[in-house]
Amino acid sequence: MSLEILWFVLIAVLWAGFFFLEGFDFGVGILQFFLGKNERERGTYIFAISPHWDGNEAWLLTAGGAIFAAFPLWYATFFSALYLPFVILLLALIARGVCFEIRHRADFPAARLACDIVLAVGSFLPALLVGVAMANLAIGIPIENGNFTGTFFDLIRPSALFGGVLGFFLFLTNGALFLTLKIEGELQLRAFKFSKTIIVPTVILFAIATALTFNASMLCLVSFALILCAAIFAYKRYLKAAFILVALCTACSVAALFCAMFPNVLVSSVSPEHSLTIWNAASSAYTLKLMSIVAAIFVPIVLAYQTWSYYVFRKRISPRNANVEV
Amino acid sequence: MDDILFLSRLQFAITTIYHFFFVPLTIGLGLFIAILETIAYRSGNSEDEKVSRFWGRLFLLNFAAGVVTGIVQEFQFGMNWSEYSSFVGDVFGVPLAIEALLAFFVESTFLGLWIFGRTVLPKAAHLACIWLVFAGSCLSALWILVANSFMQNPVGYVFNNGRAEMTDFLALVTNPYFLHQFPHVISASICTGAFFVLGISAWKIYQRANDSALFEKSFKLALFIGLIGAAAVAFSGHLQGQSVAKLQPMKLAAMENLKETADPAPLSILPGIEMPAMLSVMVYNKPSGEVKGMDDLQKAFENRYGPGNYVPPVWIAYFSFRAMVICSLAMMFFISYGIIWFVYLRKNMHRKILLLMVFGISLPYLANTAGWLIAETGRQPWIVYSLMPTDKAVSVGVSSGSVIFSLAAFSTIYIVLAVITFLLMRREIFRGCVDKKITKKQSAITAV
Repeated sequence: MSLEILWFVLIAVLWAGFFFLEGFDFGVGILQFFLGKNERERGTYIFAISPHWDGNEAWLLTAGGAIFAAFPLWYATFFSALYLPFVILLLALIARGVCFEIRHRADFPAARLACDIVLAVGSFLPALLVGVAMANLAIGIPIENGNFTGTFFDLIRPSALFGGVLGFFLFLTNGALFLTLKIEGELQLRAFKFSKTIIVPTVILFAIATALTFNASMLCLVSFALILCAAIFAYKRYLKAAFILVALCTACSVAALFCAMFPNVLVSSVSPEHSLTIWNAASSAYTLKLMSIVAAIFVPIVLAYQTWSYYVFRKRISPRNANVEV
Repeated sequence: MDDILFLSRLQFAITTIYHFFFVPLTIGLGLFIAILETIAYRSGNSEDEKVSRFWGRLFLLNFAAGVVTGIVQEFQFGMNWSEYSSFVGDVFGVPLAIEALLAFFVESTFLGLWIFGRTVLPKAAHLACIWLVFAGSCLSALWILVANSFMQNPVGYVFNNGRAEMTDFLALVTNPYFLHQFPHVISASICTGAFFVLGISAWKIYQRANDSALFEKSFKLALFIGLIGAAAVAFSGHLQGQSVAKLQPMKLAAMENLKETADPAPLSILPGIEMPAMLSVMVYNKPSGEVKGMDDLQKAFENRYGPGNYVPPVWIAYFSFRAMVICSLAMMFFISYGIIWFVYLRKNMHRKILLLMVFGISLPYLANTAGWLIAETGRQPWIVYSLMPTDKAVSVGVSSGSVIFSLAAFSTIYIVLAVITFLLMRREIFRGCVDKKITKKQSAITAV
């Protein structure tokens, strides 16, 4: 396997990690507002991800950094072409991140409510936009010689938006199942009921996606099968299994997307010769080799201590122990 | 095209300067809290713990602002500077990716463990978390400065396939510019943390707040950390100046507004006031030695790179340098005064000095900003010194309308963020670390 392919795979893994971890993170951020009936309940839901959201977001930064180092032309073209969506994504992530920190310090109920609303909107927008961005990679956008030649509306065509909606529903399902595993009592039951409701349209969306792209990849079919099994398990109350299957489905969907692109990393809708590929966008062999060594050493370490942090906070949360006094 | 260049530069300047309000405090206050928690851990004293929790609350507010503004930093190279990113990504992307992998994960994961793990983790593990957060923030600074040093003094690369390609990673991390810049930035961060603690503790003591006794320990500790920081910042700054003289003579000439080459070169104190031969002393450690002026350097650049203006905006570099030095001297004054008067002579602090120390919090912030203004504007017109001009680096496919939107949006949200952070910090400070159980103790530093 050449280094270019290795890094293409590794970046897919980083995106999959981001989609899974930040996926339930976004999902919880949205759901707290709709499932929590009062400020205390919303706070309990938020508390489920409070220790983790920042570490989850580091996956996005690492995925971005890895693209920069391994495929500079991809990084440069992708981020400048999707300029406005990324601005909105950043604004949402800023507002959302701050709310985690200031919510429990707010004195007035109105301020806490405002934080909850910002958290919900700030989770909703990225949840939609990352899907749109990823879909655009594979569908193609107007680029010529590494420069974007289209307009904002070329980025939000129906097929790209469909990718966004698909991601959004997957994140919501993921978030609801995460909450059923993290929370206890009445609030858990509510999250559980919601996860049964939301997983149905998610399965249907995956069915549509598979039908539309069946020729492209068998992995789409596998993704569909996984989400279907997750739904069955969720209804049978095997919640851990359902959660793991949703995680696998997320990974498989990212794999399907990357396989559909391969060897392109950013398809040009103008003409195939303007598409960026892993060959013409890659860094030099020296850089790729160096980065491979760095990744081989540090990715396992990161995985180890992040897993440990989830283990430390494994205790289920209820409004009684959701105490954020620092 | 000029529009978009100007707008993108403005946006980068605003977002970067703003981000760097929070970074040095994360490092400096992180170190302070780590030391305080270690003391509390060893003494088992609940009062020590209370104080460290107070600083921890301020630290978290600052950290949150630093994290969220940092995400913008990582992405805007690609968004606004795509020509730059594709030209140098092979070299420049590497430290950025390593920063994310080595530093961001450590900082964010262990901060979460530190905040929420106080009752869950064993005490020693909890203490280790804050040291890891501090280590992570230093690592983050390290890798981003490796990246910045490549822009200041490109090394370890070869020009190939129409771009810069890395040939020597070791050269990149032993870049002389980096070796001088890193200690300067870290010591400046330690000063920032120390002055933040000094200012707030001074306010508490000045107010004769009922928890002021608790702040005396912080005050004393911050004086010692500040002493080390201030000495290190001056010494490393001196070395960095000498390294700039070698690597970027044009920046030095701009900092001194030195038009004509001179030997021995005078040091300009303020416009019109000069100290003969002093610049030579600073550069060569002896009262003679040639320092090139901007006119000669401009000619040399023209000969090498063709016609163009190679002089950076002189007034920014000149006045920023003076501002930085003045702030640094003022910090040294406060530190020496505090140590001699309060620690050595064990006398009470003058109330006016205490009040001045509250305003002294602004000194490291001014100095940090001025320092970066020198570093970044003094490099102009290059984005990568002598390799790529700034005007060739900006994204081609992005419209100026988009950049106006993002500039307005980021500025607005940053102002809101600043107001919220300031108000919440102020409230935490007023609340202090009073606990009902603590009886008011007679303060050792009761003001005169």
